[in-house]
Amino acid sequence: MSIELINVWYIVAAALFVFGLKQLGSPATAVRGNLLSSVGMLLAVAATLFNAEVLTFEWIIGAAILGAIIGFVAAEKVAMTSMPEMVALFNGSGGIASLFVGWAALYNLDNSTFTYITIVLSIVIGGLTFTGSILAWGKLSEVMPSRAIVFGAQRFVNALLLVALLVCSVLFCLDPSSTSPYLYAIVGLACLFGVMAVLPIGGADMPVVISLLNSYSGLAACAAGFAIHNNILIVAGAMVGAAGIILTNIMCKAMNRSLTNVLFSGFGAAKQASKVEGEVKPINSEDASLILEAAQSVTFVPGYGMAVAQAQHVVRELGELLEQNGAEVTYAIHPVAGRMPGHMNVLLAESNVPYDQLVEMDDINPRIDNIDVAVVIGANDVVNPAARTDENSPIYGMPIINVDHARTVFVLKRSMASGFSGADNPLFFGENTRMLFGDAKASLSEVISHFK
Amino acid sequence: MEAVLLGMVLMLSIFLGFELIAKVPATLHTPLMSGANAISGITIVGALISAGAQLGTVSTVLGALAVMFATINVVGGYLVTNRMLSMFKKKETGNTGDRT
Repeated sequence: MSIELINVWYIVAAALFVFGLKQLGSPATAVRGNLLSSVGMLLAVAATLFNAEVLTFEWIIGAAILGAIIGFVAAEKVAMTSMPEMVALFNGSGGIASLFVGWAALYNLDNSTFTYITIVLSIVIGGLTFTGSILAWGKLSEVMPSRAIVFGAQRFVNALLLVALLVCSVLFCLDPSSTSPYLYAIVGLACLFGVMAVLPIGGADMPVVISLLNSYSGLAACAAGFAIHNNILIVAGAMVGAAGIILTNIMCKAMNRSLTNVLFSGFGAAKQASKVEGEVKPINSEDASLILEAAQSVTFVPGYGMAVAQAQHVVRELGELLEQNGAEVTYAIHPVAGRMPGHMNVLLAESNVPYDQLVEMDDINPRIDNIDVAVVIGANDVVNPAARTDENSPIYGMPIINVDHARTVFVLKRSMASGFSGADNPLFFGENTRMLFGDAKASLSEVISHFK
Repeated sequence: MEAVLLGMVLMLSIFLGFELIAKVPATLHTPLMSGANAISGITIVGALISAGAQLGTVSTVLGALAVMFATINVVGGYLVTNRMLSMFKKKETGNTGDRT
């Protein structure tokens, strides 16, 4: 096939990506959207194999089979609760693939200086995406501590790294060759920078990191596209880059923090929130079930704790019972609940909660005054009223789900420990709050048994 | 001149991406992210060319490694997205079968 014809196929592939992403915008069409986008990918790959430059296939076939098996097994085996880790690893593998593509492009003949600059870019972005993602995976899967790791000279070290990276890049572009020592320096520094960039970002900020790394993996592909003068890489990479940036932005807004704040400062060590005092009113599962039985409207507010306790199935079971009892049941999900955007939605969908019952923060808050019972499961900071009232709280200004405005609030909690932010939660001491202590899954099962 | 044309493509694609993604509801953010992630595996196209064009052993090996990682990204990304999306169901009325 001639280059022109291959490029025609690339146009078709790009169109399929666009349609695919568009259809991902609604739950009703999303499955088809994903399928369209995968057909686009298949077309792009098939057309490329007809490229006259592609002479030998042994390596390609071996590598592709190996990659396909790994990808297949990973995708089929992963538990929905570990989805953030999985996406982090996929981001990382996309990143390192772009690094290698950029590196291999050095062996092309007649590269211009502009091309060398883009080669360096794809190596740098690819490398930092790779190591950043591995570190994010480590934090998410708790192979290493998930908190922010901050040390004194961190900013200075990072700035130094960045300068070194810049200097090496310039020196390399002045005298580019595939054996240049600066090449290895760039690869090493980029990988180191990825680690240093994710190190100071902790647990609850992970949704931002994942979104950002997603964006980087797209931008790395985009840079690789410039390096090998390939339109489809640029188009697809740029769309993914834009998607990641939008999600990053949504996450930051949902935490009322700027991106720079998330990236460069560990969370809220500086401020000391006002102490909250009052009486905690515990409730047992029998009384809880009686109150739920009388409720006309119930909303569940899940957080990361629900995933940890694997409580999503019992939540759905209770929700169904309440519906049969005539109550209106909704699931209110905060944008940053969980460890990646939309994580809670996936878990609830897995346990067969219909997606029309999953509501967003902005939909539930205006009518939360009329909700009889709000059940908070493993969520803390996203329902902390101190975000509205206490200017000294580290999460002050963050939009929250105003469960304290509901007629009754049940909080399912293991103990009185504070949330990730370390802020005290006045919700627990509220007049209308009842604490249901214990493992969320066990507590809910008990409530269900009383209900029946 | 080519750099300028590619830059044009880049600029338009970024705007297109913004427009496409901005309307996606929060419910679908996880599948959207893994679906977009699968698309970023497009770097496989570059990897195939590097692995197949006989420009020396190093280039071939780098290309083959890139093919492997990009394939993980593509195959895993699409499959896992499909797995997630097929769990999102509308409310069923009585019958247990899927409604389309």
